Amino acid sequence: MTTIDTRPDADAVSGDAVDDSTVVSFFTTAGAWVVTTDHKRIGRIFVGVGLLALAASAVLGLLLGLERADDGSALLDADALLQLFQAYRVGLVFGAIIPLTLGLAVAIVPLQVGARSIAFPRVALTGCYAWLGGLALTMAALGRNGGIGGGDANMVDLFLAGHGLMIVGLVAAAGCVATTVLTTRAPGMTMRRVPLFAWSSLVGAIGIVLALPVVFGVIVYLFVDHRLGLGANFGGGEGIADWIGWAFSVPAVAVYSLPALGVAAELVPVTFRQRQAMRGVAYAGLALVGVTALAATTQQFVHDVTIDTDATTFFEGVFPFLIFAGLPVLGVLVVMATGALTAKQGAANGRPRISAGFVFSFLGLGMVFVGLVANFLLGITDLELLGTSMEEGATVYVVYGSALGVMGGLAFWAPKLWGRVLPDAKAIPLALLGVLATILAALPLCVGAFFDLPGGIPANDAQVGAVLSLDGVDGGSIWIVLSLVGHALMVLTVLAFAGLMLAKFTGDGEAAEANPAGGQTIEWSTASPAPADNYEHVATVASAEPLFDLAQEGSPS
Amino acid sequence: MTTAAEPLALPAAAPPAPRRQLFVATAIAAMAGTMLVGGMLAVWVLLRERYLDVGLAGEAIDRFPVGYIITEVATNVMLMTIWALCLFAQWAVYAGNRGDRAHTALALAVCGILAIAFINAQAFVWVDMGVPVAADYYGALFYAMTGTMTAIAIAGLVYSTVAAFRALGGRLRETEILSAHALYWYWAAAAYSAVWFVVYVTK
Repeated sequence: MTTIDTRPDADAVSGDAVDDSTVVSFFTTAGAWVVTTDHKRIGRIFVGVGLLALAASAVLGLLLGLERADDGSALLDADALLQLFQAYRVGLVFGAIIPLTLGLAVAIVPLQVGARSIAFPRVALTGCYAWLGGLALTMAALGRNGGIGGGDANMVDLFLAGHGLMIVGLVAAAGCVATTVLTTRAPGMTMRRVPLFAWSSLVGAIGIVLALPVVFGVIVYLFVDHRLGLGANFGGGEGIADWIGWAFSVPAVAVYSLPALGVAAELVPVTFRQRQAMRGVAYAGLALVGVTALAATTQQFVHDVTIDTDATTFFEGVFPFLIFAGLPVLGVLVVMATGALTAKQGAANGRPRISAGFVFSFLGLGMVFVGLVANFLLGITDLELLGTSMEEGATVYVVYGSALGVMGGLAFWAPKLWGRVLPDAKAIPLALLGVLATILAALPLCVGAFFDLPGGIPANDAQVGAVLSLDGVDGGSIWIVLSLVGHALMVLTVLAFAGLMLAKFTGDGEAAEANPAGGQTIEWSTASPAPADNYEHVATVASAEPLFDLAQEGSPS
Repeated sequence: MTTAAEPLALPAAAPPAPRRQLFVATAIAAMAGTMLVGGMLAVWVLLRERYLDVGLAGEAIDRFPVGYIITEVATNVMLMTIWALCLFAQWAVYAGNRGDRAHTALALAVCGILAIAFINAQAFVWVDMGVPVAADYYGALFYAMTGTMTAIAIAGLVYSTVAAFRALGGRLRETEILSAHALYWYWAAAAYSAVWFVVYVTK
C-alpha cells in the first residue's frame, strides 16, 4: 500500500509557478500553503512559527530579567508574573525548540533519504495545525489567568487541553519523520548509509514518541481531576508543575535538540571535504543522546547522586546517574570526536569550506554540550544546585544552542528549500552574535547558581516572589543583568536571521546551483529548489556519500 | 530567476515501493500508546501507594478502592473479548492474503462487533460500579484510566471500519492494512491486559 501522495497538479500550485501579479494569485498561493502536502512547506510552517515563538520567548526572558534584576519592580503587572514565567518556558520548549528541530526534519529528511514525499503528508500537516492550535490555546489560557496555579479554573483546564493538543500534533509529525526514514529510503540506502541528519532526526523523533505520550497521560489525569473531580488529587492547579514540569526542562529538552546536533554532524564532512570518519560510532554518539528520552520519563527533573556518603549508597546512585546524565554528555563528545577525526583526515584536502551553516551548527553543538554538562552538575547532590538557576541555565543553553543548529540547517539547505544561497559574509556574523547571546543568556544563570541564585518554574505567587528575590545572592543582580542582555541579543539574532532570509529568498535573484555547498548526500543531486515531488528520477545509492564519490571518482562507488 | 545549473547525475532507479509504511506507522503509534498507558499505570500505582500510606483523611487504610465493588465478571469478559478480537483480526489477514473477500468481510465485521461489545462492557462497568468522579481520589483515577482505554478501543473500531472499506472496496490484494490493523489490536489487547491487572485485579 502506498500512502505517499503524488500530485499531478503540483506545478500548478507551486509557489514559484504561481503568477504573483494579481491579488487572486496571492490567495491561490496562500491556499496552496494552507492545504499543502509538500513536506518542505509543512516543515517551513513549523520552522517559521518556531522562530517567531523563539523571538517572543527571548523577549519574555528579557522582560522577566528586568523584573528580576530590579528585585520585583513594577515594570510588569505583578498579577501576571506567574503566567509570564510559564509563557516563557512554554514558548522556549513547545513553541520553539520542538517545532524548530522537528520542522527542519520534516522539510529535509524525505529529501535526504531519496523519498518523493514524507510518509503520511496529511497526518504531518494535521499535526502541524494541531500543534499550532494547541499553542494558541495554551497562550490564550495563560493570558486569561490560567496555567499552573492559575486563578481561573476554566483557563487552567484550557491550558491542559492546549498542551494535550500540542502533544498530539508533535507526536503525529514525529511519527511521520520516523516512518519516512524507516520505510521510504532510496534503493541502496541501507540504514548504515542514512545521512547523519536523517539518523539524528530518526532518533529524535523516536525520543519524542517515547517521552511526550507520558506527559499526555498525566495531562489526562490532571484534566479529569481538575475539570470533573475533586481538583485536589494531583496537588490542584499548583501541582501541575510537579507532574509535567519536567517536560519543560533538562534533560527532556536534550532529546528535542537531536536534529540540531545532526546538522553539525552532517556539516563537518562537507566542510572538510572528507568522508565521515567512523560513521557507525557517530551514529552511536547521536543515539546515546537519545538516552535522554528515557532519562526524561524516568528520572523526571533529576536523578541525583551523593558523593559524600558510604560506598554502597554511592554505587546505588552513581550508575543510574551516569546512565541518565552521563551518557548524553558522552554522546555529544563522541559526535565531536568523530567530527574532529573527520576534520583531521580532511586537512590534506585543502582549505576547509567554512560556511554559515557550519558555523551556526558547530557553535550550536557546543552550546548544547555545555547545557548537558550543566544538567550533569545539577544531579550531584553535594553541589546543592537543586532549586537554583542552574536548571534554567542548562535549559537555555540547550534551547538556544539547538536554535542555532536549526539556523545552520536552514542556511545549509536554503538552496533546496528556496532555491537561493544565504550569503556567508552576512550570516556568519549572525552566528557569532547568536553564540554570544546564548553564552550571555545561560552562563550567568549557571554561575549564579553556585551563589544561590534562585530559579525554577514557579507554581504560585509565593514561588514567583522567591524566584524574584535576590536576598543573600552573592553578586546580586549582575547575573540577571548579563542574562537579560543575552536574551536581547538572541532576539536580535533571530530577527536579523529572519530578515536576511526574507531579503534573500523573496523577489528576483539568481537561482542556486544544484550543489553549491559541496554536499555529499543525495538531496544535492536534485534541482535547486527541489521540485514538489523532490526527484524527477529516484537515485540509486551505492554509498553513504554518493555525491562525494561522484566528485572524487567520476562515478558512484 | 535564472536557470540553475544541471544537477549532478546519479543513476536513476525505479521508484521504490514503500516498505510497509502503514505497518511501521502502526508500530510507532503502538510504541507511543505503550508509553501513554504505561505512564498512566505508573501514576496509578504511585498514587495508590500514597493513598494506602496515609488515606484521604490522613489515616492509613489497607484497601483501595474504598467502598466500591469491582465488576469482575464484566472486566474478565472484556479481557477475553479483546484477545478474541485479535484472533479475528488475524483471520482477516489470513483471508486477505488468499483473496477471500467473504471471509475477510466476515472477520472484520466480527472485529467491529467485538470492539462494540468491549466498549459496551466498559459502559456497563461504569454504570454498575457507580463511582462518582468527584467524590474521592479514586474517581478521577478510575475514569481517566478506563476512559483512555475506551478511547483506544474506539480508535480500534474506527481502524476496523477503515480497513474493511479499503480491503473490500477493491483493494483486497493490498493486505498491509489488514496486518497493521491486526497489530493494533494485538497491542490494544496487551495494553488492556496491563490495565485489567492493575486496575481490576491488584486494584
